[in-house]
Amino acid sequence: MRKLRFFAGLSWVLISCNSLIAQPTFPENGVADPRHGYYAFTHATIMKDGATSLTDATLVIKDGKIISVGAGLAVPAGAVEVDCKGKYIYPSFIDIYSDYGTPQRQQTGGGGFFNFNQPIQTESNTKGPYGWNQAIKSDVDVYKVFNVNDANAKPMREAGFGAVLTHVKDGVARGTGAVVTLANEKENMVILKEKASANYSFNKGTSQQAYPSSMMGYIALLRQTYLDAQWYKSKPWQEGFNATLQSWNDNQNLPQIFEAGDKWNDLRADKIGDEFGVQYIIKAGQNEYQRIKEMKATNATFILPLNYPQAQDVEDPNDAKLVSLEDMKHWELAPTECAAFEKAGIPFCLTTADLRSPSSFWTNLRKAMEYGLSEAKAIEALTKTPAMTLGIYDRVGSLDAGKIANFLVTNGPIFGEKTNILYNYIQGIKYSVKTEDNIAGTYNVTVNTPSGTETYTLDVKSMTSATMWGKDTMNTKFSFDGKQIKLAYAPMPKRQRPQMPAGTDSTRRTSGFPAGFGRGGTTTPELPANATRLGGISNGTEWNGTGLDSLGNSLTWTAVFVKTAEVKSDSVKKKEVPVVGKVIYPFMPFGNDEEHLPKQETILIKNATVWTSEKDGILQNTDVLLKGGKIAAIGKNLNEPGAKIIDGTGKHVSPGIIDEHSHIAAASINEGAQSVTSEVRIGDNVMPDDINIYRQLSGGVTSSHILHGSANPIGGQTQLLKLRWGANAEDMKFKDWTGQIKFALGENVKRSNFNIPGGNTRYPDTRMGVEQVYVDAFSRAKDYKKEWDEYNAAKDKLIKEKKPLAGLNPPRRDLELDALVEILTNKRFITCHSYVQSEITGLIEVAEKMGFKVNTFTHILEGYKVADRMLKHGANASTFSDWWAYKMEVEDAIPYNAAIMHKVGLNVAINSDDAEMARRLNQEAAKTMKYGGLSAEEALALVTINPAIMLHVDDRVGSIKVGKDADVVVWSDSPVSIYAKSLYTIVDGTVYFDRQKDEQMQKDIEAERTRLVKKLNGEKRSGSPTIPAIPTYSIMHTCSDHGHSHGFLVIDADEIDNN
Amino acid sequence: MKKILSFIITIAFGTVAFAQSNVLPAPAQKGVMYVKNATIHVGNGKVIENGVIQVRDGKIEKVGNDITIPAGETNVIDAKGKQIYPGLILPVSSLGLIEIGAVRASNDVREMGDLNPNVRSIVAYNTDSKVINTLRSNGVLAANIVPQGSFLAGSSSLVQLDAWTWTDAAVQIDGGMHLYMPSLIARPAFGRFGGGMPGGPNASGQQTDPVKEGLEKIETLKAFFREAKAYNAAAIHDETNLKYEAVRNLFDKKQKFYVHANQVKQMLVALDFIKEFGFDVVIVGGSESWQIADLLKQHNVSVILQQMHSLPTSNDADIDQPYKAAAILQKAGVTFAISDDDNQTRGRNLPFNAGTAVTYGLSKEEALAAITLNAAKIMGVADKTGSIEVGKEANFIISSGDLLDMGTSNVTDAFIQGRKIILDDKQKQLNDRYEQKYDLKPKKGF
Repeated sequence: MRKLRFFAGLSWVLISCNSLIAQPTFPENGVADPRHGYYAFTHATIMKDGATSLTDATLVIKDGKIISVGAGLAVPAGAVEVDCKGKYIYPSFIDIYSDYGTPQRQQTGGGGFFNFNQPIQTESNTKGPYGWNQAIKSDVDVYKVFNVNDANAKPMREAGFGAVLTHVKDGVARGTGAVVTLANEKENMVILKEKASANYSFNKGTSQQAYPSSMMGYIALLRQTYLDAQWYKSKPWQEGFNATLQSWNDNQNLPQIFEAGDKWNDLRADKIGDEFGVQYIIKAGQNEYQRIKEMKATNATFILPLNYPQAQDVEDPNDAKLVSLEDMKHWELAPTECAAFEKAGIPFCLTTADLRSPSSFWTNLRKAMEYGLSEAKAIEALTKTPAMTLGIYDRVGSLDAGKIANFLVTNGPIFGEKTNILYNYIQGIKYSVKTEDNIAGTYNVTVNTPSGTETYTLDVKSMTSATMWGKDTMNTKFSFDGKQIKLAYAPMPKRQRPQMPAGTDSTRRTSGFPAGFGRGGTTTPELPANATRLGGISNGTEWNGTGLDSLGNSLTWTAVFVKTAEVKSDSVKKKEVPVVGKVIYPFMPFGNDEEHLPKQETILIKNATVWTSEKDGILQNTDVLLKGGKIAAIGKNLNEPGAKIIDGTGKHVSPGIIDEHSHIAAASINEGAQSVTSEVRIGDNVMPDDINIYRQLSGGVTSSHILHGSANPIGGQTQLLKLRWGANAEDMKFKDWTGQIKFALGENVKRSNFNIPGGNTRYPDTRMGVEQVYVDAFSRAKDYKKEWDEYNAAKDKLIKEKKPLAGLNPPRRDLELDALVEILTNKRFITCHSYVQSEITGLIEVAEKMGFKVNTFTHILEGYKVADRMLKHGANASTFSDWWAYKMEVEDAIPYNAAIMHKVGLNVAINSDDAEMARRLNQEAAKTMKYGGLSAEEALALVTINPAIMLHVDDRVGSIKVGKDADVVVWSDSPVSIYAKSLYTIVDGTVYFDRQKDEQMQKDIEAERTRLVKKLNGEKRSGSPTIPAIPTYSIMHTCSDHGHSHGFLVIDADEIDNN
Repeated sequence: MKKILSFIITIAFGTVAFAQSNVLPAPAQKGVMYVKNATIHVGNGKVIENGVIQVRDGKIEKVGNDITIPAGETNVIDAKGKQIYPGLILPVSSLGLIEIGAVRASNDVREMGDLNPNVRSIVAYNTDSKVINTLRSNGVLAANIVPQGSFLAGSSSLVQLDAWTWTDAAVQIDGGMHLYMPSLIARPAFGRFGGGMPGGPNASGQQTDPVKEGLEKIETLKAFFREAKAYNAAAIHDETNLKYEAVRNLFDKKQKFYVHANQVKQMLVALDFIKEFGFDVVIVGGSESWQIADLLKQHNVSVILQQMHSLPTSNDADIDQPYKAAAILQKAGVTFAISDDDNQTRGRNLPFNAGTAVTYGLSKEEALAAITLNAAKIMGVADKTGSIEVGKEANFIISSGDLLDMGTSNVTDAFIQGRKIILDDKQKQLNDRYEQKYDLKPKKGF
């Protein structure tokens, strides 16, 4: 209710053109001076909103509000008339993504990745009755810290904005935002709505607490907070008073704005919202045009920034080649972002956020329009849409009676090339933006010299340019600042005097000067020292002033307006929409445009050597038919009309390779801030724009199991992917798969090998402690399960007895323990990073005591020492072929490991843990022939059917068998030979890698690069600003286990500072 | 053969500790020895079918398929159906300087400071490293032991891998000086995971100009060399400067100048050291060397490709680019060797790196040269080793199958200076131990 009273109070307020607002509750130091700012703007072209235009119309305002608007309205008595003939009036713009007037902050924590080498701050630094995580600042209300800041408001006003939604841009939950105007008035008056939004982001801001340290962690933190807040509603005694959760709940009925800032993050945010019944308004980045269909599917309203990548200086071919195609394409296509949203029918607002300065807003807005954004949509995105989005369209966003008097007066259609905003009225207060340039025209000048009166004609072209002549044309300097005039003149030097056209006299010459005359200043020489110099004041159509003549005599002068200059019509120049390249999927080299996306086909591979990874073994001269995404038939002389034929003569066909341990295609891998992070999920941050997907395909890999890293004993939930190059994150996922979770043992989780300032502070520090982490986690999980079982039983009982459920509060849902309960109930499988025999046996013992099973030991380099124990437990083993000696716990690693474990009877796989080695997994498997003497078939099984078994997907992939998914590879040679290349890699019957097509793509990439480099060079030559070329680096995620280098543009995620 | 094998097995079985204390360096080879019936891959591109190698006192006396073995000669190895290759040479390695990567106490590879020309790898080379024998098992019989560093890192030495001490091991001491070229490309600031993979232009990222900084640093090195040259030209000195003295051999090409560089600009800058100082420059790394193969050839610069099994430098590049680099250098006539700097396998995959180069354009014999004779040429020891040719040390290996393909590669015998070395290693011993545990091994009757 406080809010309503506050705004009721606003109508009491007196508004004056002197920006003087007196509040009734504030004592007056002087004489009362009540004013109402009662004005009528007449004869204007008024754009009430993006759709309605009134000509010769009147806008009446009073007390900061619009009284009436319409064509031909009478000027009310008591109102001051402002003649706006030739002028246009628009609603002032609204920016709903601003931190205007908020305190400066130090960005310290930021986003970033988990860094193995950084100390871990486990607790929040915020004192008071707040929640556990410092980045959840839902208790922050911007109106409490907001201060009017005219220095920052001014450039925004000049860009046309009248109101903004401001919030404190700090933290994952950022509390509430307020709608404020950009008037330079007391805070009481400019705050239109003190709680207008609740804001969120994937950025810790100033929080130095370690958690979250990954994209997955951000998502988990938000999800858990939604659950905690829900639980908190019942005021559980265990929690006491928690201001953070209370505010979180209070803020839920406000518009929810999420700063995602990137196409994939937009979708990640939207998915969180979907889970908890929240439709976020999404603050986008610049790359959403790359996935516009997915954006549309969010049903969100977007807030689009207009900062576009700057052109890079790629003139040096050496620099150019390090700039990847996607960066150059993005530079070219980013300005199409708004147009893409408009075309797709997605509602959006525009913001000045992310711009280096609001002054570049217009440049970039015009660029967006040049690239297809319509005028009507631009206006809407700056007025109505933001107002509707925040539910304040009754106050701002159009020019209708009763709304706040926020409007722009321009000297032409707002998007005209030469149009300027003259005034920005905010709450009825006039803020001049650009001095009206209405001086152009012809004037008769009379100079009263001691020797008599001289008359001249003055042709004023602009505020800085004019030409004067009497008998002869004078050398003239002119300036006008809106009030004061300076005029100096002297006869033209003889040589320079232009020819006058014959038969013209001064009075007729109002336009059509000979070429070169006075234009551009090219023929105007410097004025001599003895020029006559006049200074004066404009009194409107008449000017008066004094001066000194060439001899130093004082004089007076007047000038009278004769006629206006011819106004050239100015409209938005209809530029051709620039020609740009196509959006490709994924937005990377080797991506395909929409027309050329790989499609599922019926494929008949003829007469090949088929490695089935089944009992059938290797079949010679055999055909394989792929149809409807499945393996439809295996046999001799198969026939399928219409099928694409691949001649397999001399070639080999194998099942698609499955990589049990990979870290590609994810935005983050390690949430290492806590010892147990089973709540985080790789599946929340799948990243389809990873060139390594394509590269793995080239090595015959069709499925990759993306694991959480090894930063902590219980890491995150894993995600099995099919390498559907070009698909979005959800479509990459292996469907109907029972999830797994990463565990880790040994040196990484006890943080032994890192240079942490101050040493390790996160429990555990020894293998003894590691074991206790598991005992503790599963003890808690069991207690948790019991609590829920009891609750559910009690609930069922009440329902059965038809008694009310009131008073029976559900236990707090804990995402971390949920995942552990899933393990206990066989709904989630473990894959455990492990090396030495003691820890392997240790975990097996914990598992057997607690009643769960370790599905897979991954790495498992000492598995050969306890293979019998693993077999008894029922574990699978997934290992490297020949890695060792890079750290203490792999001192006893041997390349015979896989063979021994296999011979003992374990189901064994060879994995990569490395984006490069994954391209050669068939060769890594072949090493078991050398080390341990496995047969070629056994070797191949290590990367096909065996990993499929441990991933529990062997009913669908991993072998060539009728009815299984058509995930197959056609090789040039035996798949266990180093000389074999994948010719076709097929997933679900879709050819995602085709070595011949790849060659063509390389040529296409080269051509597209050449085109873009030319364009960028053209940009530089045309004088546009450029920045130095920035090499396109990629970030590589690993277990942080090893030091395999990948090229000088690859950076290990662990090496990146959190700042 | 069988005798040797069972000897090894017996030793392994009888060993409790895994210190390889039983893998003794072989004594000097005396007299004559023959290997017959083999397919001999000479290392220089030639293949001799059904050939004989005649070794005397550690050196190759004869090689060919027209050599008659005297009747009654007992020291004859029958390599029927097998392949013989020169001992592989790992041209850049931290072998013996790093035992366990993550254990600081076991690392002696990187001295502090930027300017360490006086630092010598050979004195830290540990002949008892357990890693060494795993390389021998795959056919690597020599390695260039290279110090690492941030700039001028010190000198490397070539060792053979069957020795009691480093003095025994040394084949060529201080043969190379190693410069780690500063990066000459900009690196933006990272921090936020936008889509997960930052990579786009980052306006706020450029604090300093790393290219300029790098070039300035190289200028300081040139100034150092100018001073060193003058110092070494002078007959007497008031005071001793160890660093100046350490680079003396570069100026008369008695020492190679290894420039660790991957970027085109770095490699072009490296040419300065030829132009101004007349150094014998070898590029190490060279991931972009294929782009300037003709220039490298023109300036007689050789290249050591350090990591075949790498991802392409840029997203746009041919996905197999690193695999194809060798073939491009070959075509341009650049002398190049292939190395293996993988920290997890420590160089034992050297033959397979060469195998990959075969898949992507080299002939098998060219690939073999890249891990044998070319490496010897680059180090200036081709008169002694690197191929199976008369007069050279008898450094060769016998494999039952194609050495370059892991499915068939199987080194059964190896000879260093004619000495038949023991091809056992810690890993084989552990394998034996656990095959016993699980009763996996077919009974051999002992």
